[in-house]
Amino acid sequence: MQQPDTYNLTTGQGLIACPRCDTLHIEEELTAGETAKCIRCGGMLAKSRGGAFIQLIALSFTSMILLIGAIFFPFLEISRMGFGNATSLFGVAMAFAEGLLLPLVLVLLLLVVGLPIFRSFLLLYTLLPLAKGHQPYQYAATAFRWSEQLRPWSMAEIFIIGTAVALVKIAGLATVHLGPAFWAFCALVLVNVAARGFMCQTTIWDAIEDAGVPTDGREMVEGQTG
Amino acid sequence: MSAAETNRPVPTAHRAGLLGCRSCGRVWPLSETHCHRCGAKLVPPDRRSLQAVWAWWFAGLITYIPANLFPMMSTRSLGGLAGNTESTILEGVVQLVQHGSYDIAAIVFVASIIVPIAKFVSIAWLALAAGRPATVDQAHRRLHVYEIVEFIGRWSMIDVFVVAVTSALVQLGFVASIHPGPAAVSFALSVAFTMLSAQSFDPRLIWRGLPLRSRTDNEGTG
Repeated sequence: MQQPDTYNLTTGQGLIACPRCDTLHIEEELTAGETAKCIRCGGMLAKSRGGAFIQLIALSFTSMILLIGAIFFPFLEISRMGFGNATSLFGVAMAFAEGLLLPLVLVLLLLVVGLPIFRSFLLLYTLLPLAKGHQPYQYAATAFRWSEQLRPWSMAEIFIIGTAVALVKIAGLATVHLGPAFWAFCALVLVNVAARGFMCQTTIWDAIEDAGVPTDGREMVEGQTG
Repeated sequence: MSAAETNRPVPTAHRAGLLGCRSCGRVWPLSETHCHRCGAKLVPPDRRSLQAVWAWWFAGLITYIPANLFPMMSTRSLGGLAGNTESTILEGVVQLVQHGSYDIAAIVFVASIIVPIAKFVSIAWLALAAGRPATVDQAHRRLHVYEIVEFIGRWSMIDVFVVAVTSALVQLGFVASIHPGPAAVSFALSVAFTMLSAQSFDPRLIWRGLPLRSRTDNEGTG
């Protein structure tokens, strides 16, 4: 917990640098609902959501369950002149199990399903002990950093738009029915939007730091240079 | 906030001889190599980091060429008897227009032609302008462009997903079948490379209106 107005320009203690423009700010504890913006570029530095960890955990569990359902339930069903074809996402991958396109399909599956599941897992790993007020697990900081870095690569919402475009393209050729997995993906997009509203990276970093990760080096640095 | 207040020079971690963590914002002395809070590598705002931007940029440009020349999708009707049409990205858009689905054609055209080209131009412009003297207004404009590029880059993947879903669904065997072409792979690669290029760009360089200054001097004495 940092006290306001205590900072050190040699060790950087109590300071926050804007990741977008490098402007130094003195770190202060925010009360719930407050937001901190960079004085130069206006980028969001922190938005305190007063311990929204429980909500984030709930949403992570939800998205995990939706994703696992989305893999195995039928995604779309197509029928034309008696030829029917129902596909789950897993079935899509298997349809390309031969040839050069297998790597492409595997990568797409990873982007659409693999990474979102992995990110939910990482977030749960980070937040579960914090929500209970325990010490975070080892590597919690690494897990959360990875979860943030992988954010642009998890493409569930892009996949849904792509599917919608594909449906319009096929609509002339055959009748398409939407399966439960399609709706699971739509729900997932909403869950992601909600999770984004509750997410404040700075709050989580502070919580990890305050709860004392084994690798937290703040005290070590003071010892070295002070 | 008034304009006068935003135009005032502000203290930065760089000017204070400190290193800010781009992942969590914590500030460290120059001697540190990794952030002790989040474990991310600490990188000074240095134009040298632009090399990675250019490397990914060229990789993206190279893979973008076959993505436009080779077919994205091949449609086979009646086992190839009734014709075998292959279409590149642009031909796909033209076909959609001919079918009358203008809205979908517009989405595909924007996502797979306008966005990638705009992204190449914007990243190149940012990388060339980074670290050069700039007024506050120019810096704000560059940051705005950077934020748009960062946000919109992943949406180019739409066309790849369209091809994958379409070809998976239309496995009607003898009647018609659609297969992804080589362009799908190179287009996906191109999008991934330009995303990496945009991520390698350090937005803090936009705000450094100062010419390149050697960081090693500071590190050596400090």
